[in-house]
Amino acid sequence: MFDFSVVTNWIHGLLVSVMPLGLASFVECVLIGICIMLMYAVIAMIMIFMERKVCASFQCRLGPNRVGPWGLCQLFADVIKMLIKEIIVIRHSDRFLYNLAPYIVILGSILAFACIPINKGIEVLDFNVGIFFFMAASSIGVVGILLAGWSSNNKYSLIGAMRSGAQMISYELSVGLSIMTIVVLTDTMQFSEIVERQADGWFIFKGHIPALIAFVTYLIAGNAEVNRGPFDLPEAESELTAGYHTEYSGMHFGLFYLAEFMNLFIVSSIAATVFLGGWMPLHIAGWNGFNQIMDYIPGFVWFFGKAFFVVWLLMWIKWTFPRLRVDQILHLEWKILVPIGLANLLLMTVCVVFGWHF
Amino acid sequence: MNIQEKITGYIPQVQFVEGDTLWAVVAPAHLHDLAKALREDADMQFDFLRSLTGMDWGEDGLGVVYHLESTRFGFQLVMKTATTDREHPELPTVCDIWKGAELNEREVFDYFGIVFTGHPDMRRLYLRDDWVGYPLRKDFDESKEINPLRMTNEVTSDVTSTIEIDEHGHAVEKTRVLFEDDEYVVNIGPQHPATHGVLRFRVSLEGEVIKKLQVHCGYIHRGIEKMCESLTYPQTLALTDRLDYLGAMQSRHALCMCIEKAMGVEIPERVQYIRTIMDELQRIDSHLLFFSTLCMDLGALTAFFYGFRDREKILDIFEETTGGRLILNYNVIGGVQADIHPNFVKRVKDFIAYMRPQLKEYHEVFSGNIIAQQRMKGVGVLSREDAISFGATGGTGRASGWACDVRKRHPYAMYGKVHFNEIVFQEGDCYARYMVRMKEIEESMNIIEQLIDNIPEGEYQVKMKPVIRVPEGSYYSAVETSRGEFGVYIESRGEKYPYRMKFRSTGLPLISCLDTITRGGKIADLIAIGGTLDYIVPDIDR
Repeated sequence: MFDFSVVTNWIHGLLVSVMPLGLASFVECVLIGICIMLMYAVIAMIMIFMERKVCASFQCRLGPNRVGPWGLCQLFADVIKMLIKEIIVIRHSDRFLYNLAPYIVILGSILAFACIPINKGIEVLDFNVGIFFFMAASSIGVVGILLAGWSSNNKYSLIGAMRSGAQMISYELSVGLSIMTIVVLTDTMQFSEIVERQADGWFIFKGHIPALIAFVTYLIAGNAEVNRGPFDLPEAESELTAGYHTEYSGMHFGLFYLAEFMNLFIVSSIAATVFLGGWMPLHIAGWNGFNQIMDYIPGFVWFFGKAFFVVWLLMWIKWTFPRLRVDQILHLEWKILVPIGLANLLLMTVCVVFGWHF
Repeated sequence: MNIQEKITGYIPQVQFVEGDTLWAVVAPAHLHDLAKALREDADMQFDFLRSLTGMDWGEDGLGVVYHLESTRFGFQLVMKTATTDREHPELPTVCDIWKGAELNEREVFDYFGIVFTGHPDMRRLYLRDDWVGYPLRKDFDESKEINPLRMTNEVTSDVTSTIEIDEHGHAVEKTRVLFEDDEYVVNIGPQHPATHGVLRFRVSLEGEVIKKLQVHCGYIHRGIEKMCESLTYPQTLALTDRLDYLGAMQSRHALCMCIEKAMGVEIPERVQYIRTIMDELQRIDSHLLFFSTLCMDLGALTAFFYGFRDREKILDIFEETTGGRLILNYNVIGGVQADIHPNFVKRVKDFIAYMRPQLKEYHEVFSGNIIAQQRMKGVGVLSREDAISFGATGGTGRASGWACDVRKRHPYAMYGKVHFNEIVFQEGDCYARYMVRMKEIEESMNIIEQLIDNIPEGEYQVKMKPVIRVPEGSYYSAVETSRGEFGVYIESRGEKYPYRMKFRSTGLPLISCLDTITRGGKIADLIAIGGTLDYIVPDIDR
């Protein structure tokens, strides 16, 4: 298994040899920041392309196929279009908050993105309360959405923001509960540790029934958390035209758009990390030959494979199901998912206490 | 039972004109009493106001023609009233008796300036509030100086007026506030993805809950009825396709039928077969689009494409025979424009064979989905009484338990000779409205299957005179379009041009019941209700 810390340590050593430690740390921070932003943008582009292609094949269409081979250059065309579009300033809006909102959304999204361990040795934000931090960071986004809705001076936006506030704050609970179930199983909140513990089997297998329940709850709640169909009420295009980002144009809209896709990726990659072993290859206890072969496949391939599988799963759901209504969405959370999550947490605790897991 | 005697028992002054249907001519003073008697008499129960037509008879005054029908007994009656006062024409309202009259009377006010006393909301319906004059009056001045193209926005007023008669017999105008200042009023439309066109609702919200709803029409008003008065009969045909663009065949069928009936033209059987098949294909086309757009409104975008993909096949069939896909221009007076294409029969049969399994897929993808069912079941319930009172025909009425299919009530073309079931549901909710239309696709295919192999040989068009003059008189005929009863009322004075041509809109009754059935629902329910009512905006505005 290739350990990426070799590369990072080499860079660190190189920097320290030419400059004092403090400056080297600063340069490293900047470098890492740039890398994260770049990766964020690249993955977002891949996600958008994937969404268009996946959605097209679900809908008996071809999707983009004119610009470049398989329509690949469509991505760049889209990005350039988004970048050069005018950012329209609307009258009677709260100018400061209106301009601030997309950045808050993207900030929360990037912070959460930084928590994800992509390979052994590439863990940017990795400390003992990693999951806790991730939950906190990812819930900053709702502030941005509320601000966007409020400051736009548009009734559709405001209704969209209200919906999103109610929905995201509610579903945070289920996301938390389902991840807590795994935390109970692993007794750690550190992402790198969580992945390491899955070396002898992914948690979805090790935790069997409670882990499976937690996985399904997480997928539902996570999907709702990122405002995607069938939970896309905040921007329900047939009801609120575009919900909270109705009044945004140009790159400000682009940031919301980006954040939405990246949040989908983040939710999927957390599902992959916590339940499906992250970058850990498929290991079956006792099958040493098999395990060794699996180890030849690099960790990031495993990680992206799993993450994009979950993304695909969520896209499938989005493009199949109709949208829920706001009261149904809250009913689903507070009367169904939260009780299930609590009971499941208890079940997992019992399992762990009696050692019924693998 | 003799309706004439019954009516004379209530109002002795009523005069009768016997004809195709019985006409009762009543003075404005007795209008309301007669209407009430007709509606409430246990032996008559004229509960369905089919059509309400404003008229300008010149020297005979301004008036209204009411086409009534009893859903219980099937009786029909035309009630006519007129006032000679052209300065301040006033008639009593009947919207307390038939709820559907409310928007229709506003339309008459808009076109003829007839004020309906006691009407709760006497505003213009289609034209701008600053429009001068009443365009369908025969003495209307069309000069551009009076009504120039206005470059200013129309200000939406929150106040409406009601004209009531006080104890001295004087008309008193009372104002009524529609929306208070502190209400949270949201515009849904005129540019909104879920209104399927330029229709505008003003919705007063409390959080997500709808407190009341006001419909604003007229954004695509083209004055088609006014235009018809200066067009020859064959020319008027071009306009019906542009009313309900998903019922182009059927609307035009209605107009042709009305003119043919008036002229006493015998239509060859081949034409009847072709028209029936085309009407049913159009119905499938429309219902497929209904399915697609409803799915889209509820957020199921994939099902949207399924419907559109299959609808395309019907459009291809249409295109081969008629040359058009949306605007078909196929029916003409005395027949159809061109004979069916040699491939027509085969392609229609192929389509039906293809469509049946597809319908199952639709049900698997959408109807059976738990979210779709929860979004539609029990939402927007329209009771049978309300459906009749509003005149909400078509799938909407049938979903509320009202067997209102014109094809069964007054069979025309081949409908009397084919076997098909009238789909009626009792629930009256969105799901029933949805299922009615899905099942009607199957029934339409059954009808086509019965006809497609037996299209008789013969002429596809009767030779008509170069100039068509409809004999003097009044004629009404109706067809079942994709979304309800579409009626054509022609009043002719024996000229090349119709004296008055009125189209009974299928959509106007549908939107008039919106306020009733959306109250207390959520915004999302309004979208589901709007989707399942299946109105077409150009048909409302005309």
